Amino acid sequence: MSHAPMTTVDPEEIRKFEAMAAEWWDPDGKFKPLHMLNPCRLDYITTQIAEEFDRDLAQAQPFAGLRILDIGCGGGLLCEPMARLGATVVGVDAAARNIPVAQAHAAQSGLQIDYRHTTAEDMAAAGEQFDVVLNMEVVEHVADPQAYLTACAALLRQGGLMICSTINRNPKSYMMAIIGAEHVMRWLPKGTHEWRKFITPDELFDLIANAGLRPVDRQGFVFNPLSWQWRLSDRDLSVNYVTASIKP
Amino acid sequence: MNTDFDILISGGGLNGPLMALAAAQAGLRTALIDGDGMDAQTARDFDGRAYALALASVRMLRALGLWSELAPHAQPMLDIKASDGHAGQGPAPLWLHFDHAEIEEGPMGYMLEDRYLRPALLAAVEAQAQITRISGAQTQDHIAGPQGVSVTLSTGQQLTGRLLICAEGRAAPSARRAGINYMRWEYGQTALVCAIDHDAPHHGIAHQFFMPAGPLAILPLPGNRSSIVWSETASTATAINALNDSDYLDVLRPRFGDFLGDIRLCGARFAYPLGVNFAQAFYADRLALIGDAAHGMHPIAGQGLNAGLRDIAALAQLLEEGKQRGEDIGSTQLLRRYQEWRRFDVASLIFATDTFNRLFSNDNPLLRLGRDIGMGLVGRIAPLRRGFIREAAGLTGDLPRLMRG
Repeated sequence: MSHAPMTTVDPEEIRKFEAMAAEWWDPDGKFKPLHMLNPCRLDYITTQIAEEFDRDLAQAQPFAGLRILDIGCGGGLLCEPMARLGATVVGVDAAARNIPVAQAHAAQSGLQIDYRHTTAEDMAAAGEQFDVVLNMEVVEHVADPQAYLTACAALLRQGGLMICSTINRNPKSYMMAIIGAEHVMRWLPKGTHEWRKFITPDELFDLIANAGLRPVDRQGFVFNPLSWQWRLSDRDLSVNYVTASIKP
Repeated sequence: MNTDFDILISGGGLNGPLMALAAAQAGLRTALIDGDGMDAQTARDFDGRAYALALASVRMLRALGLWSELAPHAQPMLDIKASDGHAGQGPAPLWLHFDHAEIEEGPMGYMLEDRYLRPALLAAVEAQAQITRISGAQTQDHIAGPQGVSVTLSTGQQLTGRLLICAEGRAAPSARRAGINYMRWEYGQTALVCAIDHDAPHHGIAHQFFMPAGPLAILPLPGNRSSIVWSETASTATAINALNDSDYLDVLRPRFGDFLGDIRLCGARFAYPLGVNFAQAFYADRLALIGDAAHGMHPIAGQGLNAGLRDIAALAQLLEEGKQRGEDIGSTQLLRRYQEWRRFDVASLIFATDTFNRLFSNDNPLLRLGRDIGMGLVGRIAPLRRGFIREAAGLTGDLPRLMRG
């Protein structure tokens, strides 16, 4: 198995980052909740992209020719699948430490992905353009959601697609996302989420529309504690949910 | 890394080629390493081997495009009759009776002879452009890495893929190489398998007699023929197996009474020691286990091959979904979904067949009374009876798409 060259980093560092990447990609490790949610997120993302750009997912590289940006890329849990499907992928993260980790894992996986330590706002200011912007579980963490979503909208080409997921704000989401996920299951570190920053689907649609995009779809991510799996739901958007919007 | 294939399958029995067909249909580039060669096993003479295919398995063969060719040779099982039996007495008067008319899906299953299944599989594999069949070579070694698995064949040839699927049967050398352990126990029983001609028609009825030494199944084949699976204690079986054909038949005759008229052997006789074989994990790094490489169980319910087909249908579905999501199809994430889907199901089946066998394969009068009452109850309570029929047809649980019809 050959590794892509990483000439600017010394081998000791690479080993360290590979160890951190192994942690990111361990289905039982600290990112377990993300791994459980990931197939469901990917189902939504791939279906929406295939529909919008008229691609056939049964083909070998269905997303060839598409330029995709993943904001808050972390270890690359979404970037790698998009690259495998043939897209040209840029992953950005505001946390500098995630970048070499994601790079190390992509090199191990033999995938070409452009990872950068930057923000959506800086990318927009630099005039970068994408067919798809993936904006997953980020908006509930930013200081000014409207300014942030306006920057995301600026990153899209005409006819481009933004997928944006977040957490609803209601008593149930407080129970599930904060008490359940952070305190009872300890899936997430305490303090990961601030409930008042959660956004209802209607609020999110308004923010997206104000940013100049046209919201076209929304669905819930619903966790079934019996099958221990996530699934998509048309009706239940009460906790985690995802939206699709088009740049007209 | 670009791999030669998406999927490498090791094993050329029944599960290997079926896995290859299911994977190819899911759009995966597949290599089938068929070991001793499928060609060698496709003589068209009847050798006595036949399979009980549950309805769900038949649906899967249909979805893979095999059934239209096989259907004319298959015998539908319209009815299953189960009863306690004693040598010399024939079946006990208390029948438990499962009629396919009670479920809307049709016959619970079909009997199919090995001599039709293997050539059909070979022809389908050869016709599928996505499958490369590598004949006359064994998998000798494999090394899993972050991008794929590299397999060395006995010919020295090297192949790479994202995932190696071990369909190597009970011996499963690739699974052992990966450090997978097995839970095993023996039943001290041997299954004697043969086929018979008989004078009277079987009317598509499968019979199961619970004899003290083990169950005797009489399964209908096309024409006035039946397949016999007959379990005896290991020592008795050795003695019976040493007999010539006519003495063998003399032992068999009183065990099943005269409802099929006179019987004669057709095809060869086989003997298989019975035991349980259960892999403690259904996957390792870039390796998945299917069929007998993952599990072997008591044939009392005729579920061995059907369980293997269910492994294949589940794994093929997960691989297709994973591929379309852009996931690494050999990743632990994906393989673990396979294990979660199948291993508990298989464990339940092993437990059920084990319990059934222990409950029925003895002559304890209390247990005999208990099971007669039990069968009487099941026979009188329609929803319970329909539950058993659906179970036998393989229609219960979380059915993979290939088996939904």
